[in-house]
Amino acid sequence: MEKLVYIALFAPLVSSLFAALFAMSPRKTFVGIVGSALIGTAFFASLTLAMHIHHTGEAVHVTMMDWIHAGDLHIPFGFMADQVSVTMMTVVTLVSTIVHIYSIGYMDHDKSFNRFFSYLSAFVFSMMILVMSDNFAGLFIGWEGVGVCSWLLIGFWYHKADVSREENPSISPSWAANEAFIMNRIADLGMLVGLFIIYWNVGSLQYDTVFAALPELSGSVLNAAAIALFIGAMGKSAQFPLHTWLTDAMEGPTPVSALIHAATMVTAGVFLVIRANPLFGMTPEVSYFIAALGTFVAFFAASMALVNRDLKRIIAFSTLSQLGYMFAAAGLGAYWIALFHLGAHAFFKALLFLGAGNVMHAMHDELDIFKMGGLKKAMKWTYIYMGLASLALAGIPFFAGFFSKDAIIETAWNEGTIVLWAILVITAGMTAFYSFRQVFLTFEGSERYPEEIDYFKDGKHHPHEMYKFVLIAMSPLAILAVIAGFGMGTFEHFVTKLLPEYHMSEHTHHIAWILGLVVLVFAVGGIAYAYKKYAKGLKRDEKLESSWYYKLLSNQYYIPNIYEAFISKPYAVLSDIMWNKIDMKIVDATVDGIAKFLYKTGDGSRKMQTGNLSNYLNWMAVGAVLLLVFAALSAATLG
Amino acid sequence: MIGLSHYLIVSAILFSIGLMGVLRRRNLLMLFFATEVMLNAVNIAFAAISHFYNDLTGQMFAFFVIAIAASEVAVGLGILIVLYKKHGSLDLDDLASMRG
Repeated sequence: MEKLVYIALFAPLVSSLFAALFAMSPRKTFVGIVGSALIGTAFFASLTLAMHIHHTGEAVHVTMMDWIHAGDLHIPFGFMADQVSVTMMTVVTLVSTIVHIYSIGYMDHDKSFNRFFSYLSAFVFSMMILVMSDNFAGLFIGWEGVGVCSWLLIGFWYHKADVSREENPSISPSWAANEAFIMNRIADLGMLVGLFIIYWNVGSLQYDTVFAALPELSGSVLNAAAIALFIGAMGKSAQFPLHTWLTDAMEGPTPVSALIHAATMVTAGVFLVIRANPLFGMTPEVSYFIAALGTFVAFFAASMALVNRDLKRIIAFSTLSQLGYMFAAAGLGAYWIALFHLGAHAFFKALLFLGAGNVMHAMHDELDIFKMGGLKKAMKWTYIYMGLASLALAGIPFFAGFFSKDAIIETAWNEGTIVLWAILVITAGMTAFYSFRQVFLTFEGSERYPEEIDYFKDGKHHPHEMYKFVLIAMSPLAILAVIAGFGMGTFEHFVTKLLPEYHMSEHTHHIAWILGLVVLVFAVGGIAYAYKKYAKGLKRDEKLESSWYYKLLSNQYYIPNIYEAFISKPYAVLSDIMWNKIDMKIVDATVDGIAKFLYKTGDGSRKMQTGNLSNYLNWMAVGAVLLLVFAALSAATLG
Repeated sequence: MIGLSHYLIVSAILFSIGLMGVLRRRNLLMLFFATEVMLNAVNIAFAAISHFYNDLTGQMFAFFVIAIAASEVAVGLGILIVLYKKHGSLDLDDLASMRG
């Protein structure tokens, strides 16, 4: 079994290095095929491990080598596959395999095809380290690794120029990449502080040692550690107020959005909370804050998705919103439900993104859903896929999202947090509305293509369906988006061997069908409203669009502008002052002054070199006299 | 009675004369003479102090100085002759060929 752990971990690394060999050469299809095969190998290894752990009920633990051994600090390079990490491994490698295959088709015309696969596989490797590490230090390495890969992949088209905010709520890929990286850096500081607190008080970073030592720690230490770790999770999972990078990260290629910014990396924050559940279980205040913040973000992000016109951004907001749901569940103590929603969400959200990628491919990178419409004729399969994914996202019965999301909402009721419950229910309705608004605007109604999209130069636009093999590759996601929910019982049985069990109270259990019905009414209501409004085509409502709340939502509550005005601009001004006043006038001036002084004295004393021996002798005498005087003076003072 | 200080005064006067010669003279030959005067001023001081302390080291040192001065003059005069043959002058102002 140890071999399987190594295969699952290192197959992506091999894939990345293999693709890197061809980074400079022109597009080679076999790079993509080999990469996909290696990631697929990792998937099968993970799946076998999952089976094994399911049967034996024991985690597989390997220690590869001693990594840091200095004084009391002892950190081995250890990896483990237990119920939680093997779930993550399976989900990550499955979605990665599909995204790799998808990318062979999607990145078909890109000249940096090979480089893309290298980055993508490197990301999978980092993610595997993150989920498989048996200590916080390894987790942190993976955490930073996925951050770097995310930066590389968001900025993959780094050559694209900046587009100003006013014209289009979009910016350049390199800008977005930097934004994501810097925001994550801020959060990572919190994470590091959390690790230091833990190490300081426990003296180890191994999960089992740390969790065993928790009961001996004081409440304030636990709270501080939990808060600091959660700040790290907030950055990676793009929770308010560090959420703006996620929508801007949509500048990256769509497979990247599907893999990193929907299915895997952004869920790392949730994974951290689940992994550290003994810690968060002992800090009820912090956990309640997590739940409240998650609920807020769920609503907040969904409200922005209601009016957005950008195909990918709508899905990104929905990702934010669903991450909020996961945090709500984790904060309320239902860790296994959070993990279940994480997995289910990964399947349907990746499917949704890949479908959006097909649409972009067909529409020549057009993203504005107001300029689409009627695509169902040309793109039947993509329509079906996105429709299924949206049904799952909306939580329509018997799709994956129905089971997981319903369980979260039920948990909120069960915990007696009625306000959270109400917000989550309303958000479920909003989710249904914006998902289907997007689907209907894209695929139904009349065609609203702009004139300039014209591949064949015959005055007509021919949207075309994606390659067959890509559509086939997407099918596992579609199947899972439909059926994953039925595995809920098995899954609960599987992970609650490690995670705390969570049961609804008798009363909640009794009225569960009413609660489910309420959610369903909201979800169906949202879909019906979207159908009524958008299925027949787009009717722009000028009055609505010029209202203040519409503008507030479409400008993302002006938060990017606020950050720009109150953080970026003052920082730029401050940097400018530091540069022009402090650096140039003080630091540089000092250094330059020393150099100038040396130049001047050199220039002045150059005149001594007359070439006349007599002058030299005179100077020598002066020097001798000076030395004599100096010797006499020092003798006088010392004597 | 002539004591140590008299010798030292003579030595100092001779040294100053030599030093003035080194500083003021322009002719290389004269510079040589001036250095010789300085060296001998030092010799006087050595000999006098040696006698004063009843220690022969100083006189021995004076001999060394004389020997070195003699060899220096031998080499230096050789160079002077070559210089004179080459430039036709021993005036330092004429010989200045390098400038910083």
